Amino acid sequence: MKVGLFIPCYVNAVYPEVGAATYKLLDYLGVDVDYPLKQTCCGQPMANAGFEDKAIPMAEQFDQLFESYDYVVGPSASCVAFVREHHPDLLKKTGHRCHTAHAIYEICEFLHDVVQMDKLPGTFPHKVSIHNSCHGVRELHLSSASELNIPPFSKIKDLLSLMDGIEIFEPAQVDECCGFGGMFSVEEPSVSVCMGQDKLRNHMQTGAEYITGADSSCLMHMQGIAERERLPIKFIHVTQILASGL
Amino acid sequence: MSTKHTKAADRFIANKAQEVWHNQTLRFVRDKRDNMAMQLPEWETLRETAHQIKMHTITHLDHYLNEFSMHAEANGVLVHWAKDADEHNQIVYSILQSHGVKKLVKSKSMLTEECHLNPFLIEKGIDVVESDLGERILQLMHKAPSHIVMPAIHLKRQDVGRLFETKLNTEKDNSDPTYLTQAARVHLRQEFLTAGAAMTGANFGVASTGDVVVCTNEGNADMGTALSPLHIISMGMEKVIPDLKSLAVFIRLLARSATGQPVTAYTSHYRKPREGSEMHLVIVDNGRSNMLGNEDHLQTLKCIRCGACMNTCPVYRRSGGYSYTYFIPGPIGINLGMSRSPEKYSDNLSACSLCYSCNNVCPVKIDLADQIYKWRQKLDSFGKADPAKKNLSVGMAFLFKRPVLFQTGLKMAPVINRMPRFFVYNGLNDWGKGREMPHFAIHSFAALWKKGKISGANQKKKNAES
Repeated sequence: MKVGLFIPCYVNAVYPEVGAATYKLLDYLGVDVDYPLKQTCCGQPMANAGFEDKAIPMAEQFDQLFESYDYVVGPSASCVAFVREHHPDLLKKTGHRCHTAHAIYEICEFLHDVVQMDKLPGTFPHKVSIHNSCHGVRELHLSSASELNIPPFSKIKDLLSLMDGIEIFEPAQVDECCGFGGMFSVEEPSVSVCMGQDKLRNHMQTGAEYITGADSSCLMHMQGIAERERLPIKFIHVTQILASGL
Repeated sequence: MSTKHTKAADRFIANKAQEVWHNQTLRFVRDKRDNMAMQLPEWETLRETAHQIKMHTITHLDHYLNEFSMHAEANGVLVHWAKDADEHNQIVYSILQSHGVKKLVKSKSMLTEECHLNPFLIEKGIDVVESDLGERILQLMHKAPSHIVMPAIHLKRQDVGRLFETKLNTEKDNSDPTYLTQAARVHLRQEFLTAGAAMTGANFGVASTGDVVVCTNEGNADMGTALSPLHIISMGMEKVIPDLKSLAVFIRLLARSATGQPVTAYTSHYRKPREGSEMHLVIVDNGRSNMLGNEDHLQTLKCIRCGACMNTCPVYRRSGGYSYTYFIPGPIGINLGMSRSPEKYSDNLSACSLCYSCNNVCPVKIDLADQIYKWRQKLDSFGKADPAKKNLSVGMAFLFKRPVLFQTGLKMAPVINRMPRFFVYNGLNDWGKGREMPHFAIHSFAALWKKGKISGANQKKKNAES
């Protein structure tokens, strides 16, 4: 099994430890992991802002770099969702078929659905509150969306439960948006920060020491607010917890 | 980088107590909706069925409108067709004029808001009285609805108390809800008794029977129509549905989605005029047939105006109905406004974090967030793209198209971490309003990979063996 490791641009620049943890997990599974060095960005920031045409070269670049892998795996639900949901349409505009939309997985999805991981060494004796990100929940279906009357599930919770000693919580309004939303965060800063403050409050009310999730972008936004307001809460990507015993 | 919505939201949020209260109140309605939805095991099947019925109907509108109007006429209803708001208003006025009506009582209708009927009739000398309590409060304040189902949800009872003191002569500083409601009832009773005509909207038009179905909680629609010899119904042409069996699907969804009630207090079927009275039905296009031809945005025509997308929208809840430039706010309003006039209403497109919650609560499964995404793509072609956003996108694309430059950028980025605060946090940094900047890593993932610093246990074992 050849896996291409997709490390989104901002994870590359701000959270290399999340990339390292993702690699560790894949390596632990014994899969053949490669990191194509020429990768940059999936194009989502421009497209969500209304400039899809500017994202087309990114989609082309991405597809060429990753087309030869059996799977493409990355630690960001939002970026993975963008490739899966939007790259086929973007590439259609240039007359190309998208090779990666069906091969790409967010790391938790990959561990849960493809590898069906049922044990993992390591202890994490801490209280964590899961941040169910919008694109993780409503596009990738990492957990059952609170709006839908469907049997409840959470792939992130299932995976975290493999760790010894961990105590898992979820905030009230379990999958309400934290207000990041890419360029939304700077175009509507008042609403965005207000949403983030409310989300942080709900996470902190669980009594958790850490907020964890599959999207570093949401965590980055909430961390920015927590630092500004000096709130006693820590942030950790779900892969960092899962890889902590490897 | 800001829109009219951004600025209006700033003003709304500046009154923190108001924002907190508005957010919690609307979220409570969303929770009530969830509670109802989770009690029906067949909820998701109902939504899918409703979606299919609506898709079928709006793509066969000619057939169903024909069937509907034939049955309505056979029942003795006088059917009028209005191609736009002006025609609608003229028709209503001429009906009122021919009956010598001086006073019209209305129950809630977003279509008459859309057509600006009230100011039109008032200018012609007709006394127009809104009889839905929320709408009446707003009318007395000379304000528009801030929500399509709960029009005065942004007001507190104290606001209503102060208003009624001056308009209805209620006791000073008495904002007891029962007292105020009683005062409104007494006041409205007089209006009902002296009105020459009653007007209602229409939630559904049943093609197989010609019934017009109106769902209300206050009984005001029925009071108006029962007392008056003239009933005028204003109905959007997309409100037609095939038959009573399909009506049952929508009735089960509507109130549950809207207010978290199993059903509205009144579900009135208006089929034919009472003896000695007249019933007029005005079926309105006003841009709807244009929407039929727009494949990307066709689905907004499925809307049954429940308002669930507003109650779940984290942006609407924190910015209020008046922060939008179209008269319908929230996710459906953003889309309906764009369908009406993309040039005029594009400021609302910023009011979305693309969280997709609206798609999930919508009882007829309108792809609201996807449509907002699609409208954003078209903004540039109307000359309405934000220049700062465009520059940023162009700049990012320039960087991301060049892997070598991107690698250089990764190396340079940590410089920002060490810059003096005033350099990073100033009026130009919208991120810095309320947030600290992310800390760029000294060594990016790519740099660590190149140096062989990214490793795992298996890799180390393999390396040792070879």
